[in-house]
Parts: sequence; C-alpha cells; structure tokens
Amino acid sequence: MNIWKYIFEYLMQAIPLGMTFVYGSVGEILTEKAGHLNLGIPGIMCVGAAGGCTALQYLMPGGVPAVHPVLVVILGILASFLAAGLVGLLYSFLTVTLKANQNVTGLTITIFGVGAMKHLMVGLKGSTYLKALPYFRYPFSQAEQGTLLRSMQLCGVMLFLAIIIALVSSYVLNRTRVGLHLRAVGENPATADAVGINVTAYKYWATCIGSGIAGLGGLFYVMDYSGSPEAYKSIEPLGWLSIALVIFALWRPHLSVLGSIIFGALFVAGYYIPTIPGVKLSMSFTPLLKMLPYIVTMIVLIVSSIRNKRENQPPSGLGVNYYREER
Amino acid sequence: MNAQESKAIALEMKNVSKRFGSVVANKNVDLTVYHGEILAILGENGCGKTTLMNMISGIYYPDEGQVFVDGQEVVIKSPKDAFRHKIGMIHQHFKLVDLFTATENIILGLKEEGRVSMAGAEQRVREIADRYGFHIDPKKKIYEMSVSEKQTVEIIKVLYRNADILILDEPTAVLTPQETEKLFAVLRRMRDDGKSVIIITHKLHEVLSLTDRVAVLRRGEHIATVNTAETNENELTEMMVGKKIALNIHRSDPKDVCDRLVVSHVNCVGADGIKLLDDVSFTARAGEILGIAGIAGSGQRELLESIAGLQHLDSGEIVYHNPKNGEAVNLRDKTPLQIRELGVRLSFVPEDRLGMGLVGNMDITDNMMLRSYRKGHSLFLDRKKPRNLAEDIIKSLEIVTPGTTTPVRRLSGGNVQKVLVGREIASSPAVLMAAYPVRGLDINSSYAIYNLLNTQKENGTAVIFVGEDLDVLIELCDRILVINSGAVTGIVDGRTARKEELGLLMTKTRTECEEVTDGDGNE
Repeated sequence: MNIWKYIFEYLMQAIPLGMTFVYGSVGEILTEKAGHLNLGIPGIMCVGAAGGCTALQYLMPGGVPAVHPVLVVILGILASFLAAGLVGLLYSFLTVTLKANQNVTGLTITIFGVGAMKHLMVGLKGSTYLKALPYFRYPFSQAEQGTLLRSMQLCGVMLFLAIIIALVSSYVLNRTRVGLHLRAVGENPATADAVGINVTAYKYWATCIGSGIAGLGGLFYVMDYSGSPEAYKSIEPLGWLSIALVIFALWRPHLSVLGSIIFGALFVAGYYIPTIPGVKLSMSFTPLLKMLPYIVTMIVLIVSSIRNKRENQPPSGLGVNYYREER
Repeated sequence: MNAQESKAIALEMKNVSKRFGSVVANKNVDLTVYHGEILAILGENGCGKTTLMNMISGIYYPDEGQVFVDGQEVVIKSPKDAFRHKIGMIHQHFKLVDLFTATENIILGLKEEGRVSMAGAEQRVREIADRYGFHIDPKKKIYEMSVSEKQTVEIIKVLYRNADILILDEPTAVLTPQETEKLFAVLRRMRDDGKSVIIITHKLHEVLSLTDRVAVLRRGEHIATVNTAETNENELTEMMVGKKIALNIHRSDPKDVCDRLVVSHVNCVGADGIKLLDDVSFTARAGEILGIAGIAGSGQRELLESIAGLQHLDSGEIVYHNPKNGEAVNLRDKTPLQIRELGVRLSFVPEDRLGMGLVGNMDITDNMMLRSYRKGHSLFLDRKKPRNLAEDIIKSLEIVTPGTTTPVRRLSGGNVQKVLVGREIASSPAVLMAAYPVRGLDINSSYAIYNLLNTQKENGTAVIFVGEDLDVLIELCDRILVINSGAVTGIVDGRTARKEELGLLMTKTRTECEEVTDGDGNE
C-alpha cells in the first residue's frame, strides 16, 4: 500500500515537529496559568536553543564528547533550560516586580532573544555541537533495520521528554495543591493573596519554569528535529505558533500534545504535499498551505468563544498585573 | 448585663489608630469582643468600620495601638497571621475563584502534605455545614452559585480554618429577607457554640434583632459600646449620626393619579441568548412612586434602560402618555434623545458611580452641560446657565465641593450621586427613573434624596425607584413591583406590603408566582 507509506512518512515528519510546539505551548500554558501572557516565548525558545548549543559546543570539543555521552545530553538539556529560564526570570522581574506591561515586555523579550541567539550561534565555529546529534537519538540511532526502526531514528529522547513534561504538567495543574494554587493565582490573584498564597512566588516560579520548558523546544528543534546548522533561523515562527496553540489546546497541557501533532501536520503540509509524486501545485499555492495552522487557530478561537463554556476560557487574571493595594 | 462580663475576652483592641495619608480612618479605638457573643460594629458609610476590622483580619496594619487575642498581644500583618490567631473575615466582595468548586475554594491556600484529597475535604465541608445548618453542594462551581450560596462558601472557608472569631462585613446587603433569617439562625448557632461573631452593618433593625452588644463608630472614633437589650433605634441613630434626626419618610397620598407609562409584554434577549426581560408588563402612574424590588441583576437595569431607549427590545411596547398634549406615543420607535425630550429622565447610579451619567474628569458645570448643550445655537458654549444650575443644585442639595469647577471625580461618592440626581430632577421630568440613588450615602443624604423623590411625586411626576433596602421601599413607595430573573413576579401596595412577602416574590420561580398572584386575585 503505497498510500500508507506516504501517510506514515508524513506523520513521522509531523509528530517530531509537533513536539517543538509541545515544549513551547506547555511552557506558555504554565505561564498563562499564573496570569501572565508571555509573548516572549519565541525569543525564549531561541535563547533555549542557543544556550543548549553553546553548552554542547563546549562539551564536544573537536566533535568528541568530553564527558560520557549520556551526560552530554543531560547537560545540554539542562543548559538550555537554565538559559531560557533566566530570560523568564528577566520577564518575571519586569512584569511581576516592576509591573511593566506584559505585552510590551514579551515582545521586547522576543526581539532580544532572537538577536541574542543569532549572535551566539554565529560564534559557534564549525557547529561541532551537531556532532552530539546521535547521542540525542540514542538508543534508536543504533537500530538500522526495518522501516519502522529507521523512521524511529527521527525520534530522540527529547521527543519523549516533551510528552512526559506535558502529561506531568497536566497532572500537577489539575491534581495537586500546587496546581490548585497556581490556577487560583491566574484566575483571581486577590483571592489567592487573601488566603495566604504567595502570589509573587507562584508567578515567578511558573514563568521561569514555563520559560525553561519552552526553551527546550528551541534545543529540540535544532538538535533533534532538524539537525542542520541553519536550523536556528526558523525557530521564531514556531514560537508564535506555540502561543497560538495554547488557545487551540484550551489551556490544557495534555491537549496540547494532540494539538501540537495537528499543528505539526498542518505546518509540514506546506512542504510535504508538493513533494508527493503526481501532485502538482503552483508555487503561489505553497504559502497558502502554510497559513493552515493559523486559520485553524482562528476557527478554534471562534468555536470556543461561541460555546462560551467557562472552563474553556483563558484564566480570568491573564494579562493583568496584580497590585496588592487595590484590594 | 453582668452575664457578658463573666464571659472570657476573645479579642481586645486598645488605642488603635489608622491613617491613610492625611485622612484619619480610625482614631484611638478601644474594642472588646467576648467568646460566645454577637457584636455589631455600627456606623454610617465611611466611618471606619471596615478599616477597623481589616486591621484584625490582616489586610491593614494599625499605625498605633495594640491587639490582644485571648489575653496575648499579637501582631497581625497578613490574612495568614489572622488565621493563625483563629480570626476569619468574610468580606463584602467575596474573594472566591469563580471557576473552582466550593471545596476547592475552601481548601485554597491550606498547606497540607501531598495530593489534594478532594473527597476528604468535601466530607469535612459537609460536616461543618451540618453542624451549623448550612446548605451547600461541595462540588458546585462558584459561577453557578447564587449570592447567598457564595456567602455560605465564604463562611465555611473561615470555619474550615478553625476560626473562633468571625467577622462579617455587611453580610445582608445582598440577601433576601428569607436568606437573611437563615444566615442569622446560623450565626446564632455559632454563638451558642462559643464563637465570637462580629458583624459590620449600618442597618439598625438587624442590630436589634441579632446582636448581644453594639459598638458604635462615628468618623473613625469609637463612641460607645452598649448592650443591645438596653438600647433602642433612636438612641443608636443618635450615636451614629451625632445629632437627632427624624427617620420618617413622609409619604403623601397620591393626587391626580393618571397613567403615564404603560409597559406591556416587553421581552428582551441578551447577547448570550438569556432572557433579560421576560414578558414584563406594568403601569407607572403620575403622582406615584413605583418601587422596583429584586435581587441585584434581576433585570432592573435592563428594564429602565429599555424605557430610556438604551436597550433593544425584542417584542412588546412602551406607551407614554404625554402630559402636555395628552398624546400617546410608543417609546419603542423613538431614539434615546427623543425619549429624553418627551420628559423621561433616567438617573442610574451604578456600582461605579461615575460609570454612567457623569464624566469624572469634568467639573459640575460641564456635567450639567452634558444634558443641555444641544439647546445652544451659537458656535460657542454658553456656560452661564449651566453654572447657575450647578450652583442651585449645590445649594439645594448641600453638596460639599470647593466650587463648580472641581472635577466630579474628586467629590465623595454621596456628593457625586447628588449631582447626578440633582441634574435629572432639575429638568422637571414627567417620568423620573432613579436606580439605587442612595447607594453608599449616609443617612442624612439618603433621606434628602427620598424627600426629593417625594417632592417630584407631589409635583405630578411618575417616579420609578429601584431600591435595595426593602424597608425603605415599603416606607417610600406607593406600589412595589417585584422583578425576578427578568420577569415581574408581583406588584404589591406599598402601604400594606410586608418584607417577607416581597422576599418570597424575589426568589420564587415564575410558575410558583403565578399561582400566588392568582390566589391573591381570588381573595
């Protein structure tokens, strides 16, 4: 069945790309659940990529791992998380402590993040960080036989990490006390404050951890999905899509996995459909295909606002900075 | 009463003062609360009742003075500290997360180890509810709840934290008489259980029917604490206001009554498909005050707005009998401006007083001009007449302001309301609609407004008065229309109406009400 082969190959492109969105959107969901709309996510993903790649460059001097390969992967991921988390800390400081406008701050962070990444990535001579790529796909990189396993080579540890993070986030948000408090902070910070929840701490932690997770998305895209030295240049648009995906997933991390795969499928459709033999598309049609994820987001926005179910709405405190004096 | 003295002191405030900038909110207040009593903190709006209580619930920190709980001096800097000393406050504006269930709200902020055990928490909520006689569904979400249910959640939230001292800020402001009675029964049960209950209020009859002792505040100072059994309404009022005032509304008999506004079968559907007005029919008569009673948000606003032409009607008609030429016109076909010119005036006092009717940054004269600027024919504004009008209103309504050029937002709430009501009355309307005109006003200003409405009525105006206080509605209005979820559930005579009757009409479902009114018709 030729068609199944195409569908399978299509999915094997869509799913890994989708994981980039999982990181971005789960990070953004955590931040938004604390009441902060972080439009800096695209920039933060870039910084995550740059931070991780820089660390890997040092961990792979001359293309040979300086430490045990497993440690290389772990340290790379950690560096990416920390770099992105630090930018999240900057965002939190500006919006939570200094009460700066969230939208303006977020956009500034994106501009800063993209610029900082370009500067760092250009500085990585010879792109030796890419030599760590096989370790990111360990243990699948050792399997050579069979279509399924060969395709599995496209999947690395970070693909599964994304799904784990999404599911754990969902569990924490909905089943634990910390999650309950975090949701309260995003819904009604004055109420949370009145019952003794440390609103500032929750906002800081949620934003920093969320940013860290989003940053992993950038590293994943470069070190796992793409593996090309030019990959970093196309992270930013993926960041914007991740923010759109938050609405698509109705602020639920586990739904964002599903949404991410759909977004991934829609996103690669623009590249993939013209390559199918027998399909003839004029060049002008491809950009229209690339619009698909955005159109779907708009439709979801309209549908979710028509249904008007309270549970599917953004956190009530989203985008509004909390001033304690006003209570 | 020496029985009180034998009870143990739960809380003591000594010499407590609090300033906000140059404004003194509380000055050298001493207060004692015993275990097993209900204490009322009585005072007019803005006398510092809530500020005083906020200082023991951890919202504010006193500038001076000491607070003792069970004989130990304590420092309360946050609501958390207050809970630690077993003090819990139920605020007037509920602090609840709408999207959460009752139980989730109740356990919010508690530090217990591990996973949230919802089932265990729900069980405890039920136990507390049973013990004091509450009715609550622990799994119900807040946004699906009525105001009284939300209040129940707030009270249980405090009890769940083992509070011994409960402070309730104006707990009955949003309740029907039946709900109020239920709440009082619960509070009495708490008192019998040994808890100290403090209620902040300005309603005298509540103080007299519920409490053991009353502490009266005036302008931030503690005037006296008296045993409820040894005092009466007049004495308390005198302490509150500082001078003797007559608390009677003079209700004259309607003269030359004729139909002025006939509203028939008006329906109005909101944007989300909910019926805002459901087949509303009534007649407003000249020389009468028609009161409108109902739980907040039952369609009062939409009703008035539809008469003023600000609300789109889906069906029905509003016929206006013009006193000048006797013509009958359907207001539904008119624009708001045409309706105004016919002499229909709306003075709506929303929760944010400046939200509708006045522009905060403009001065009193300019706000007068908002209603008259179309009268001028010259290219330039004529400010003289509006200024005279502003001066007249300031004088006749005793508005406290440095002058006509002060921006309205700098005036106190009561004065803002007087400006609004004064302007609407000044044009000698044929229909005057006043919604919540005394919201937030002190007693003196409230009665000044009631008298204004009465004067209008005597002048032959059809007055429609939307009120919150049922006692006032019964005293002031000739007829009272009760509205519930957008439907008229009854129109009763103000001279014979009872509060309980109104309360029932305010909460009953439509079918029940039809039975009730049918029964009345047969009598």
